[in-house]
Amino acid sequence: MKSKKGMGWIKDESDPKLRGWEEFYRNRWQHDKIVRSTHGVNCTGGCTWQIYVKDGIVTWEMQGLDYPLLEAGLPPYEPRGCQRGISYSWYLYSPLRVKYPYMRGALVDLWKQARAKFADPVEAWQSLVENPEARQRWQRARGKGGFRRADWDTVRELIAASCVYTVRKHGPDRVAGFSPIPAMSMISYAAGARFLQLMGGVSLSFYDWYCDLPPASPETWGEQTDVNESADWYNAKLLAVMGSNLNMTRTPDCHFAAEARHNGSKMWVFSPDFSQVAKYADEWVRVNAGQDGAWWMAVNHVLLKEFHHEKPVPYFIDYTKKYTDAPYLVELEEIEGGYKPGQLLRANRLANYKNIENGDWKFLMWDAAQARPKMPMGSSGFRWGKEKGKWNLELKDGIDGSTIDPTLSFLTQNDGVVQARFDDFAEGSTLLRGVPVRKLQTADGKTVVVTTAYDLLMAQYGVDRGLPGQYPKDYDDADAPYTPAWSEKFTGMGRDVVIRFAREWGNTAQLTKGKCTVIIGAGINHWYHGNLMYRAAIHAMMFCGCVGVNGGGLAHYVGQEKLAPMESWSSIAFGRDWMPAARLQNAPSWHYVHTDQWRYEKQFTDYHTVPSDQGPGSLASGHTVDVQARAVRSGWLPFYPQFNRNPLDLVREAEQAGAKTQDEVSAYTVEKLKSGEMKFSVEDPDAPENWPRVWFIWRGNALMASAKGHEYFLKHYLGTHTNAIATDIAKDEVKDVVWRDPAPQGKMDLVVDLNFRMDTSALYSDIVLPAATWYEKADLNSTDMHSFIHPLSAAVPPCWESKSDWQIFGELAKEFSKLAAPYFPKPVWDLVATPLAHDTAAEIAQPDLRDWKRGEVEAIPGKTMPGLKLVARDYANLYNQYISFGPQVRSQGLGAHGTHYACEDVYDAAVKNQPTSVWGGERYPSLEDDEDVCNLILQFATVTNGELAYRSYRDMEQKVGLPLTQLAERNRGVRVSYKELQSRPQRLINSPMWSGLTENGRAYAPFTYNVECLVPWRTLTGRQHFYLDHLGYIQFGEHLPTYKPKPLPVEYADLRLSREVGPTLTLNYLTPHGKWHIHSTYGDNHRMTTLSRGIEPLWMNDKDAVDIEINDNDWVEVHNDNGVVVTRAVVSARIPRGICIQYHSPERTLSVPTSPLRNNRRAGGHNSLTRVRLKPNLMVGGYGQFTFHFNYWGPVGCNRDTHVFVRKLPELKW
Amino acid sequence: MNVRSQVSMVFHLDKCIGCHTCSIACKNLWTDRRGTEYMWWNNVETKPGTGFPTKWEDQEKYHGGWETKNGKLQLKSTSKAQTIFNIYHNPSMPTMDDYYEPWTYDYQHLFNAPEGTDQPTARPISMVTGELVQIEAGPNWDDDLGGSPIYAENDPNLKGLTPDQRAQLSAVERLVFFYFPRICNHCLNPSCVASCPSGALYKRGEDGIVLVDQKRCRGWRMCVAACPYKKMFYNWNTGKSEKCILCYPRLETGQAPACFHSCVGRIRYLGVMLYDASKIEEMASLPDEELVEAQRSLVLDPNDPEVVAAARKNGIHESVIESAQRSPVYQFVKVWKIALPPHIEYRTMPMLFYVPPMSPVMSNVADGTIHHVSDNLFHDIDESRVPLKFLANLFGAGHEEFVRYALRKQKAVRWYRRAVTVGDVEMATAERMLREADCSPEQAEAIYRLTSLCTFDDRFVIPPMHREEAIQMMEDPLEHKQGVGFGFLSGPQRGT
Repeated sequence: MKSKKGMGWIKDESDPKLRGWEEFYRNRWQHDKIVRSTHGVNCTGGCTWQIYVKDGIVTWEMQGLDYPLLEAGLPPYEPRGCQRGISYSWYLYSPLRVKYPYMRGALVDLWKQARAKFADPVEAWQSLVENPEARQRWQRARGKGGFRRADWDTVRELIAASCVYTVRKHGPDRVAGFSPIPAMSMISYAAGARFLQLMGGVSLSFYDWYCDLPPASPETWGEQTDVNESADWYNAKLLAVMGSNLNMTRTPDCHFAAEARHNGSKMWVFSPDFSQVAKYADEWVRVNAGQDGAWWMAVNHVLLKEFHHEKPVPYFIDYTKKYTDAPYLVELEEIEGGYKPGQLLRANRLANYKNIENGDWKFLMWDAAQARPKMPMGSSGFRWGKEKGKWNLELKDGIDGSTIDPTLSFLTQNDGVVQARFDDFAEGSTLLRGVPVRKLQTADGKTVVVTTAYDLLMAQYGVDRGLPGQYPKDYDDADAPYTPAWSEKFTGMGRDVVIRFAREWGNTAQLTKGKCTVIIGAGINHWYHGNLMYRAAIHAMMFCGCVGVNGGGLAHYVGQEKLAPMESWSSIAFGRDWMPAARLQNAPSWHYVHTDQWRYEKQFTDYHTVPSDQGPGSLASGHTVDVQARAVRSGWLPFYPQFNRNPLDLVREAEQAGAKTQDEVSAYTVEKLKSGEMKFSVEDPDAPENWPRVWFIWRGNALMASAKGHEYFLKHYLGTHTNAIATDIAKDEVKDVVWRDPAPQGKMDLVVDLNFRMDTSALYSDIVLPAATWYEKADLNSTDMHSFIHPLSAAVPPCWESKSDWQIFGELAKEFSKLAAPYFPKPVWDLVATPLAHDTAAEIAQPDLRDWKRGEVEAIPGKTMPGLKLVARDYANLYNQYISFGPQVRSQGLGAHGTHYACEDVYDAAVKNQPTSVWGGERYPSLEDDEDVCNLILQFATVTNGELAYRSYRDMEQKVGLPLTQLAERNRGVRVSYKELQSRPQRLINSPMWSGLTENGRAYAPFTYNVECLVPWRTLTGRQHFYLDHLGYIQFGEHLPTYKPKPLPVEYADLRLSREVGPTLTLNYLTPHGKWHIHSTYGDNHRMTTLSRGIEPLWMNDKDAVDIEINDNDWVEVHNDNGVVVTRAVVSARIPRGICIQYHSPERTLSVPTSPLRNNRRAGGHNSLTRVRLKPNLMVGGYGQFTFHFNYWGPVGCNRDTHVFVRKLPELKW
Repeated sequence: MNVRSQVSMVFHLDKCIGCHTCSIACKNLWTDRRGTEYMWWNNVETKPGTGFPTKWEDQEKYHGGWETKNGKLQLKSTSKAQTIFNIYHNPSMPTMDDYYEPWTYDYQHLFNAPEGTDQPTARPISMVTGELVQIEAGPNWDDDLGGSPIYAENDPNLKGLTPDQRAQLSAVERLVFFYFPRICNHCLNPSCVASCPSGALYKRGEDGIVLVDQKRCRGWRMCVAACPYKKMFYNWNTGKSEKCILCYPRLETGQAPACFHSCVGRIRYLGVMLYDASKIEEMASLPDEELVEAQRSLVLDPNDPEVVAAARKNGIHESVIESAQRSPVYQFVKVWKIALPPHIEYRTMPMLFYVPPMSPVMSNVADGTIHHVSDNLFHDIDESRVPLKFLANLFGAGHEEFVRYALRKQKAVRWYRRAVTVGDVEMATAERMLREADCSPEQAEAIYRLTSLCTFDDRFVIPPMHREEAIQMMEDPLEHKQGVGFGFLSGPQRGT
């Protein structure tokens, strides 16, 4: 100490001589270069990062700050990037890095022997897979260690040989690939997809499989998902956050919510636990888990009563008339004792519209001025008719052009009031409620009773408008759905809170013209009835004019689904530049069927409440897998393999039988199917000829993080150990699908994983290929959370022997071509079966539910059954095709979501000015180099090429008949290149393939394009749909918004065979997204394990823990029929009783002990406890917005309703 | 008046999302070496909770900071006599159990395991011993752990709470937690500096950053005990103590410290403040209830001509004075009075200030359902879930009025902006609320803008460091330019 007196010791030190040592820390801060990249991970973050390199080593990363500012009055985006992203550099040089190719030892040995015997690798592979003993040898070793370092030549050859063999023996549709969420690193996704699609293989979907697709979005809007960029939260004056833990999962966006609060926005948070985002709320609604639907039903009851009926708000009424289906006429069907709501009345049922084009697909409103029904423009019938220019939202009659003043309700002027039947699924009863009607004379001279969708909504929500029937008296009527008092018994929240919320909602929307936003996510969507909960919340927005305005709408953020430059990217990714059809498979159906999870349940009505009066052949009865088979044969959903026959053989047979044209091959195929001589694979999925055989996994963790029913994957796909104890019980329940005993185990011949880390999927694969990290390759990244596009860049070259995904699949393509050439010297024909597709005329293919198989309708490909398309496969040139941007782009143009534009000139310029591939006498833009692929995508997409955006709007103008090119005028000169992206983030420009507008720094909000430019939604009526009149939906009772009870554990059958051993609790098992990982990535990273508890623990309530003698950090064994998890407990009162949380998603490779309840075998990961159930009404197709599109429509892989037993682990054993 | 300049900080806790990006930004840069594994110069704690090292706020145990005896300030950890006595053994030092045993995993086992009958898994191993280990503690062990009987209920800041308030922290309907990010406070009266027997610790004259000279440090670790915030760490590899350096190599080049740069909640503000060093001892010796105001009084008005003149006289660069005039920290601390020092009762005069967080409305259970205690659009401070007393223990030496003032003003700004942007609140009502909160509409606008719309440059007003002048005192800057970076580097070594 220099001084003992006074404060001398804190004398400031300014003497530079004494401070020379400070260089120590300055030296650390020095670096050699900074490179811009981002993280290709499924978090939707899309953050721009600066990667620091020193001595040729990546040392750390910091966020980039140079986002262009948005309009004045909005907070900026900087900085973006979270705790996970900033820890990424650890992986590059970590002991978990996959540096070299690895292969399972058992396979290495067998392969060596086989290659010694056979000069031809394809024959060598054949000798192994056709020998059951050999095949089982490596299958049983899966996941059990024994990896050996391999060389690239060997693994390339083996993989290519397995593909050539499978294509010949079984057909290309037995080679499948899974890679999720292309937007996060779109070139890398495209690599494998392109390789597979050029081959004729299968690309598996992800958004629906992850259960991130909110089916209510296509149900309501005909849109996969379109959401506000996060800056637009700031415009909201009421933020309702449900099932979305903003701090945890929207980490770089969360500040907009905080900042909105300080600008006077009110924030409500709904969650069963005191979640991290609850801390932010003004009001935390401690809603019971999975009961948010009941809350919103009651909110809508209050909104309709107070803001629509008692004191109608002009803005709300106008909006509802103009932008929703509420004024449409619905036919009431007479039943015993009354009526029940039926389908929308078709325009051609009335004499004056009898002979119009597509009359089944045009609908009616009641015009108040002329007091007669009129047919507004904008419906699907107008969209797909020959006459163009009438697909818009103007309220004009489609024939005479007269103005329509829509009548929302017949309450005051009607032809009487009838009693209509409504379902109360909570009570399992029905109610009769008075509905005002009009009676119309139809063209055939009969009378039809109609009401408006609006009147049905008023009746369904139980708004007492003085009509007779079983209406609630007031808000305190607890027995009548959907009053505030009724909601209490489900939500656990007092009626006073829900009423106050609804009033705040209505008042805010009224004063701000719709600035109420619901931020929503997996916490809601992952329930079996997630679609109903979403719809109820969406209705509160539609009733109050919140959709299509800045600061309003449904902001659903799960899964990075927004791949902005979609048109050019999808052409490259799915080989559309060469092939006229692709095999795109919805993964939920594929895994449900092929992993045999369907075998472990009985009829879905055991747990799914439907109306009791189901007629014969109703979709709302029986076993899910039978509905699945029906959906495939009716063309609603895809399924691969297609048939129990190699499609290459099928075409050859057809040709031998004399078929020469596409139509003749189709006819031959239809005949085989009709006669039963040939089957859809889905009808007999366990027959060996119908198994998938080769599986590529890249950029994802298909065997663990996303494998709902993981233990069934291990059993039926891999043929290795499993901890499932469930028995298969569907034998007597399935009708159309063949039951085989015993179920096959080990369907997959070969599983190949591309990875930079040894995760669970890698550990269980036969071959692991070293992939370049996100700091070692060129790629592109976009998201819905913001409106910028980012590059990934190589700060250092791919380390050790790793390569970019694009290069790996390119090399596999080269090897494949080489090995295929002797077998396929010339192009061969493949027949591709495809489902009826959204944004095509197939949206008006099936007005009713007739089944060709039962002889109810003719079997017509592309109409009543899947489309059939002949595709030429040039296997010897597959590699050449892979590296060449194909000629179909030039000749066909590009488009997406129903848009189209020509790009011949852009193509020719690329051939002239950029690297090219030359072969077969032609010259093509080259796709050989990763950066060239990035540039071609940017050049050919509307969001990054202003001229193409202009053209696309011009094309859309012709369909819509209203001016649109003004939206592109200002940006017409914009061209974005990869190098420019490396220098600074670029904002995406307006494009008609997206529904929001971004000019002048305006925050992107969905459907502003529709609302402001009167472009229809891509639905049945062109409006937002309250009412879903598909016959299947009516059978399921989901045509109206409703509440359905959660499946009970006993009905859900996860605990049939499991037994309580020692003090045990039954808990609802929730797996929301966590804090220390993005799915499984980062969860095994040293930074994240240190800041958490070194393991993904099980969170449980403190009193629950006491009941079974568990202390904080004790080991617990969590089990049900599906499998077992052993982890540590975290005990906290922030979790309510009755639920437990394990955040999605731990690896079973990290710190997992063995399970005494499973013979001391290694316990599993979170998905060891889940099994997937598909909701059958989400399978319908060929009808307006209920028409398939990849990742867009179809059943989703829900898993929230799972229950488990929890006990203290008696003994820790590794 | 002895005017000095201090780089000072504000953390806006209402915006903190507890993501820990700051912690990792720091770790990546500074503490990823041997000997520093367990150090977290920046960490984020969940409150209520026991923090890192565990129960660091329990000065009965750690004896950090200052106390007054007979009106005189003295270190709590040690007296002159005890310094000698304790030099080889200091009973107040945190042990590895109070921190944690750093661990990693046997990742390579996943690659190397021979084929067996079951799946291999990577088991945890100690980074200290290299042996297999059971993980029982970590640097963020009670993360998000509101309502924990082991952690939340043992928070030292629960002192003085009523039994009812304590009980509510264990009931799901009523509990709460929030985040508390921490770095070195770069105090005006740093007990660490005072405690060092080697004179290795000092405050930099130009910016007040507290540093440990890595050459002079002898590893006595008195600073570790003396720092009441436990932001001093001992590097077992080099045998020297290390601490947060406020990223001076970045500040010197006009860049925000890494934890500030990376703060994705945008909660952090940095700027220079001028203070009167001659009054530190007097102010730090006042009774607890006067300390918040006392510290504020040390901070000088950078626009006051007298202050400016005195600053100039003290050699403070003109551009630093200008920077102080634009400092966002000055606004929060001195003008708006909504940012408060942590544990001012430790009397180190910390120069990192916190805007206390708002919290959701309290609820209760009646008739089997949950109700909220307020029907207001924005509930009153006293209807919040976080007990005011708890915040007061953190940010007011136990005295609620400072916290109440800060929270009431934040709330009034929200009512005011509601009136401006929606209109369901009468402007007259909003203005009354502002008046009651000692806030003008102009001030409300300024608070709102700096809280919500702030850009990087608004949040971080970094004083020009004029390195050329500092270097000039040692050598010709031109020579320095020509030679910088050449030469052989050698880091601190044990015993030298």
